[in-house]
Amino acid sequence: MKTITVNIVTPDGPVYDSEVSMIIAVTATGEMGVLPGHIPTVAPLGIGAVRLKKENSTELVAVNGGFLEIRPDKATILAQSAELAADIDIARAQESAKRAEGLLQAKKDGVDFKRAELSLKRAMNRINVYEGNV
Amino acid sequence: MASLRDIKNRITSTKKTSQITNAMQMVSASKLSRAEINAKAFVPYMEKVQDVVASIAAGSDNTSHPMMVARPVAKTAYLVITSDRGLVGGYNANILRKVMNRIRERHTSKDEYVILSVGRKGTEFFQKQEMTILESSIGLSDHPTFAEIKEIARKAVGMFSDGTYDEVYMYYNHFVSAISQEVTEKKLLPLSNIESTGSTASYEFDPSAEAILEVLLPQYAESLIFGAVLDGKASEHAASMTAMKSATDNASDLINGLTLSYNRARQAAITQEITEIVGGAAALE
Repeated sequence: MKTITVNIVTPDGPVYDSEVSMIIAVTATGEMGVLPGHIPTVAPLGIGAVRLKKENSTELVAVNGGFLEIRPDKATILAQSAELAADIDIARAQESAKRAEGLLQAKKDGVDFKRAELSLKRAMNRINVYEGNV
Repeated sequence: MASLRDIKNRITSTKKTSQITNAMQMVSASKLSRAEINAKAFVPYMEKVQDVVASIAAGSDNTSHPMMVARPVAKTAYLVITSDRGLVGGYNANILRKVMNRIRERHTSKDEYVILSVGRKGTEFFQKQEMTILESSIGLSDHPTFAEIKEIARKAVGMFSDGTYDEVYMYYNHFVSAISQEVTEKKLLPLSNIESTGSTASYEFDPSAEAILEVLLPQYAESLIFGAVLDGKASEHAASMTAMKSATDNASDLINGLTLSYNRARQAAITQEITEIVGGAAALE
């Protein structure tokens, strides 16, 4: 089976490096599946889960922002932060989801709604990846 | 001449000080090695971002983004990275001197520039000079993560985009080696001279090169800032290590000198005592 090398790199260091048979990522224009031999492409990523399919398993990575760079034999995900399902601090994610929800519901002046929304999105993404329901 | 007891006291207190500085030196040394590892971990990310930015910039000549275009400068921002604590030798003083010289060369009035400060020492200094500090970040950990500096980096880039200022210079200590750090001035924004480190491929852009730049350039600028902070931190630990080493060396010199004069004083006291005894005995005969 043909494979493609995936590197996930964040400013805090490399997160993932392995051969997979298919990558599914959420880009700005929608979900995108990448198979080995893909044409060189660059696409921005949203907040979402990246699915990395191997022979008989799928790994999930919670990715926040950044972009996906694809070459025929190699794909690189450059994200501001990225966590494998096993590395997610679930307590922290739930905590920040709660906090962001509180901020959004309070509807007070001086609250940066956009930021609260993004923070909620990131937290939900982490929780989803942790629980594996993507 | 100081009494025996005085000298003894000074020796003990100097010894204690040197123990502390010696311990601090070792702490800094271990922090330095971690900071170097962190800085290394960041390199692949930086190179990759740079590659992609360069290949987009090279691939399409007509692509331009506000962050890459130089505009008439009405206001300049200085992003200065200093440390939170002292005991780091000339680390902070060198940066601040350089910044002040630059500002004096370039500007005549305080309305022409603003300061963005990372680190307590710099922030306090600029407050004392009554300069406009738009943003400051204090209390970074010894090994900062991207999340910690994201806030100030985002704001620094954001205020350039919304026209608060028209160019950004960044000042930090570049880590050359454990004994040498170099004050570095870098023009951060508008972005220019993006050089590729590796081979550039021609890419398809989804949805478009402009949309990619929209995401990529702020991320690039933010990572440049993060890189500078990491570099600065490594330098800070190195500077602190060197400063503490020379403090320890000075203390042991001091202790040697003091021990010498202690022994002299002791010998003098003994000699005097003998002379007195001999004198006393002679008087009895």
